[in-house]
Amino acid sequence: MTRRKKMVERVTELMDKPERIRNIGIVAHIDHGKTTLSDNLLAGAGMISEELAGRQLFMDSDEEEQARGITIDASNVSMVHEYGGEEYLINMIDTPGHVDFGGDVTRAMRAVDGAVVVVDAVEGTMPQTETVLRQALKEGVRPVLFINKVDRLVNELKVDEQEMQIRLAKVIDKVNKLIKGMNEKMYNDGWKLDAAKGTVAFGSALYNWAVSVPFMKKSGVSFKDVFDKCNAGDMKWLGKNSPLHAVLLDMVVKHLPNPLQAQDRRIHIIWHGDYTSAEGKAMVNCDPNGPACLMVTDISFDPHAGEVATGRLFSGTLRRGTECYIIGAAKRANRLAQVGIFMGAERIEVEALPAGNIAAVTGLKDAIVGSTVTTLLEMTPFESLKHYSEPVMTVAVEAKSMKDLPKLVEVLRQVGKEDPTVQVSINEETGEHLISGMGELHLEIITGRIKRDKGVDIITSPPIVVYRETATGSAGPVEGKSPNRHNRFYIELEPMDPAIVKLIQDGEVSMNQQAIERRDALAAAGMDKDEAKNVKAIEGTNMFIDMTKGIQYLNETMELVLDGWREALRGGPLADELVQNLKIRLVDVKLHEDAIHRGPAQVIPAVRSAVKAGILMAGDSLLEPVQKIQITVPSEQMGAATSQIQGRRGQVFDMLSEGDTMTIVGKAPVAELFGFAGDVRSATEGRAMWSTEFAGFELVPAGIVDEVVKGIRRRKGLKEQIPRPDDYLA
Amino acid sequence: MLTFVGLGLYDLGDISVKGLEYVRNADTVFLEAYTSRLMGADVGAMEAFFGKEIRVLGREDVEQNPRDILDCAAAGRVAFLTGGDPMVSTTHADLRMRAAAAGIETSIIHASSISSAVSGLSGLQNYRFGKSCSVPFPAKGWFPTAPIETIAANLAQNLHTLVYLDIQNDRYMRVPEAIAVLEEMAQKRGIEPPALYVGIARAGSERPVVAAGTGATLKETDFGPPLHILAVPADLHPMEREYLETFAGL
Ligand SMILES: Nc1nc2c(ncn2[C@@H]2O[C@H](COP(=O)(O)OP(=O)(O)O)[C@@H](O)[C@H]2O)c(=O)[nH]1
Ligand SMILES: [Mg+2]
Repeated sequence: MTRRKKMVERVTELMDKPERIRNIGIVAHIDHGKTTLSDNLLAGAGMISEELAGRQLFMDSDEEEQARGITIDASNVSMVHEYGGEEYLINMIDTPGHVDFGGDVTRAMRAVDGAVVVVDAVEGTMPQTETVLRQALKEGVRPVLFINKVDRLVNELKVDEQEMQIRLAKVIDKVNKLIKGMNEKMYNDGWKLDAAKGTVAFGSALYNWAVSVPFMKKSGVSFKDVFDKCNAGDMKWLGKNSPLHAVLLDMVVKHLPNPLQAQDRRIHIIWHGDYTSAEGKAMVNCDPNGPACLMVTDISFDPHAGEVATGRLFSGTLRRGTECYIIGAAKRANRLAQVGIFMGAERIEVEALPAGNIAAVTGLKDAIVGSTVTTLLEMTPFESLKHYSEPVMTVAVEAKSMKDLPKLVEVLRQVGKEDPTVQVSINEETGEHLISGMGELHLEIITGRIKRDKGVDIITSPPIVVYRETATGSAGPVEGKSPNRHNRFYIELEPMDPAIVKLIQDGEVSMNQQAIERRDALAAAGMDKDEAKNVKAIEGTNMFIDMTKGIQYLNETMELVLDGWREALRGGPLADELVQNLKIRLVDVKLHEDAIHRGPAQVIPAVRSAVKAGILMAGDSLLEPVQKIQITVPSEQMGAATSQIQGRRGQVFDMLSEGDTMTIVGKAPVAELFGFAGDVRSATEGRAMWSTEFAGFELVPAGIVDEVVKGIRRRKGLKEQIPRPDDYLA
Repeated sequence: MLTFVGLGLYDLGDISVKGLEYVRNADTVFLEAYTSRLMGADVGAMEAFFGKEIRVLGREDVEQNPRDILDCAAAGRVAFLTGGDPMVSTTHADLRMRAAAAGIETSIIHASSISSAVSGLSGLQNYRFGKSCSVPFPAKGWFPTAPIETIAANLAQNLHTLVYLDIQNDRYMRVPEAIAVLEEMAQKRGIEPPALYVGIARAGSERPVVAAGTGATLKETDFGPPLHILAVPADLHPMEREYLETFAGL
């Protein structure tokens, strides 16, 4: 039997035994060594040759990734590892480290049960370490820690053995502090990392060795050996006596949960349906005989197979020909054409794929990233994927030649399908299409991909900052009249309580959860009980509450009312930007007796104009995106780095010194950050390490707001005069 | 002066003599063309018949920007033409009130309305009609079931129901489609669909079609071009039954 055939047999045998499966992700700040680690694990487990892993980054399969040396998409691989005389199937997802792609990390975390958090021993935890760790905990994904690049401590920083150990202990402490701060309950329930227990490993992904306390007992390799061999430049010895993959995968098998253990807990976090229903029970028990429930976390385009959807199968069994429904899409069956699993980096077809695995299937025509796929006609969908960043920048793209126009539209649809953190708005009439993303780099990569991979020549506009609008005061009741004036809607508006905004952002409150659960969560956060009971819709961080009682025909009209409300939220009166953090109460309604006279053409404009006028009356204000910035520089460059933040309407709120380096923490508006990378580099003679992270939307300062609003209105071709409430209420 | 002039049911001959005289002497003639249509006459024919230029109004011009109409009415005699009887099953009350608020004198010249024509064509006694309703074209996020509830409530009191059918630009709802929509509403609400319908097409024309029967029969019946309207009878009085047997193929 060939080696490959044997491997196929082992993988397909293990996929039926959930207690032998581990679904894991590798997460880290950019450049801390995820890709190097993944490749060397694959090689060590015999899935690709070791020389190949040394030379070529296997997981970075996208040309773009190899050119830039960063990992853009989460890719899926699997490997077989032997531990305690048994074989285990480890499904692994490599995730991007640049926070501009934070959405990918969230998706990956939905599919896995455990995470290896990689931290560079020299740099220590970085802002994105914090972000990815928070995402893992939020999804109920259990972490273990790998402190990488230990060789650099010895060879570059020239620390002695004792200092090496102190530094490593400091990193563990820092990560533990983060975990405790994010979720004290998990921390106390045994998620605290502890080298003595074996939930921490140390090593060098590049030089293929690692150590952990339990493994030291087996191998006899000690911290002293680590120090001596690094010092002597004999890391080959370490690789032979304490190999990276053995130490890491032992840790994964021993300390990260299998799907049976994980789903029992995680289903309660990622799904809020009825746990006593057939699908609820099947998912909690990871039951291969229940209805199939799959959450799609990735869609890619394969030149041979077409659209491949990857996701976590929480219950049931998938086979070729299985008829699935996509919740929220048109109710038509999508027949699975191929059902596959990963072996190494290959996708292999299998007869039947049971619950607990990462599935790769074709034939799900209606699915998008984030879809809930099931063999049932109806089920409560999974919690939508939460992104910790929001689009802050937009570029307009146009096809260079007219003949590419239809192709561009097609490609843009694909881009939107593949990456849910990208917002694509297609305007076939004007031919001007907009792509919004999480930063300059994110947009550059996406437009680059359209040109190169998809082969469509495009012209892109310079990026534009995305603004928001919100009300800073309250107003109402505001009367909105339908065009025929026979239908009237009375609304009250006020800013949403920040505590409630946070609940929505964190996914603690949503329209997917059961009404009682939502009511209790809102009431616990201080919302009036009556309001909490009557939430009709949540859109972004806006909420619509129906406080009316017993109004005839309102029920069958409510969808139209909400449509009008949503239309208003899509563009506020000030600058036609998205509205956020607005709470609206519907307090009274008068409807025409006859259905035709209270149809869409009447109700939608009535509500839309009431909301728009109301926002103006409640003090419509412009918000701009702000980024948190962290710059680490040698002490003598501190002044130069600080002025890079302060010169951009920024604010410095912390300066930490460690040895002869300084870390400056601050924030600045995105509008001022164009060209930041180049400027920081030249101001600090290229010696700065820096990162940025989305930090929310803040009010545009009073001194410049008029200028900014005028600029936006001019750019959008709106009348220079800002509308007054009466313009909507005539 | 703003006068609402009813055009009646079908063609040029359905306007009243009073109405005709007023229109021929008006300074400005507007035609409201969105709540009802005069199927037997186009605008050109009307202009020739009245000897006046006609300004056709869309919903926007009446509901959103009535300024123009009111300005003309403040300055001279305005005829505001509508199909049927001006204030029945329309929302023009609003325009009349706006005019009054602007100090403009207003009046109405009536014409025959579909709501009375249905009684005549079907023999269903006008004393026995309950609340009317209409069947709209369903739209995204909007499938009202109030119409079937109105019918059910009338039937429970042994009352007939007049059911108007939607008109949207160039779309006219026809009897078979309306019955299908009503049946879907009934299924949604868990209500027994009506056992008997009377469908009427082109009331006021020389050859109106009137047919009574079950939903299944009428869905297969060819009523010809618009406009269509529907009635849902309650228990039939012997006279009503005989009339339907004589004139509507029951
Ligand atoms: N000295 C040293 N360099 C490493 C180690 N692991 C990774 N690197 C280097 O760090 C850089 C970033 O690694 P990569 O795996 O692409 O990081 P990622 O961005 O987290 O995927 C590359 O130049 C690697 O060669 C290590 O253990 N020791
Ligand atoms: Mg990488």
